[in-house]
Amino acid sequence: MGTNVPEELLRRTFEIQGRDFENAGERSAEVTTILKDLDVDPNIILRVGVVAFEAEMNVVMYARRATLMFVLTDQEIVVEVADEGPGIPDIELAMQPGYSTASDEMREMGFGYGLGLPNIKKNSDVFSLQSEVGKGTRVYSIIRLMSYG
Amino acid sequence: MSLAAGRGPDPPRCGVTGMRLEKLRDLIRCEVLTGADGLDTEIDTVVASDAMSVVLASPHPRALMITGLTNIQSVRTAQVAYLPAIMYVRGSRPTEATVKLARDNKMVLLSTKLGMFDSCGILYSHGLRGGN
Repeated sequence: MGTNVPEELLRRTFEIQGRDFENAGERSAEVTTILKDLDVDPNIILRVGVVAFEAEMNVVMYARRATLMFVLTDQEIVVEVADEGPGIPDIELAMQPGYSTASDEMREMGFGYGLGLPNIKKNSDVFSLQSEVGKGTRVYSIIRLMSYG
Repeated sequence: MSLAAGRGPDPPRCGVTGMRLEKLRDLIRCEVLTGADGLDTEIDTVVASDAMSVVLASPHPRALMITGLTNIQSVRTAQVAYLPAIMYVRGSRPTEATVKLARDNKMVLLSTKLGMFDSCGILYSHGLRGGN
């Protein structure tokens, strides 16, 4: 038993610009490439990729800008996306699959069907969403590399 | 730390039968936009949607994505979800930048004049199934 303090192996921070549909997803692809190069379990990479990609698309669709922080330790992967944007008035409603405030333009990009946040939660071992209307939203996700205990 | 693993994620579920992309190309009368070298790849599941979050909600490695969405997000979605191939329906074709991204990632891109319903129907009748 004993407390295992995670040893940080890698940390990257990426900037995401709102409305930048052309480059949306690039940061997530870069994160998955880093993990593939490190020979991380592909099932883990898949989950991290979905979390990062959905969070990135949410920023591009709704926020002005954001920072995506990605941390790899010997025990887990942390993905944190903190944006400056309109915020989410009703988080419980936003978490319901199918609920969306996206425009037709966003849906034409293949996103905005109300599945992004549920997809992020589903792929996270630890998930939290904090938001302040008029200021921004913070999505925090931990994906464990393996089961402990 | 134990990070090592195989070449791709464990498939959560397979179709009734698999199909090589070259057979699929002939059945659906597809044009190969890129990835001709990868036509011997066998797919075992199909996910058909213009909504990329639907694809990401139930990613199936070794699945074919059928979509009418031709922007670069289609390839990025396939990249994140480990999908080896995309088939664009209704004669739609992605931009050259999208094709290049697929080529760089050794992905197969196909285009058919058939619509999504007919494409799915033909593949279903040949034993392919969707994922959960």
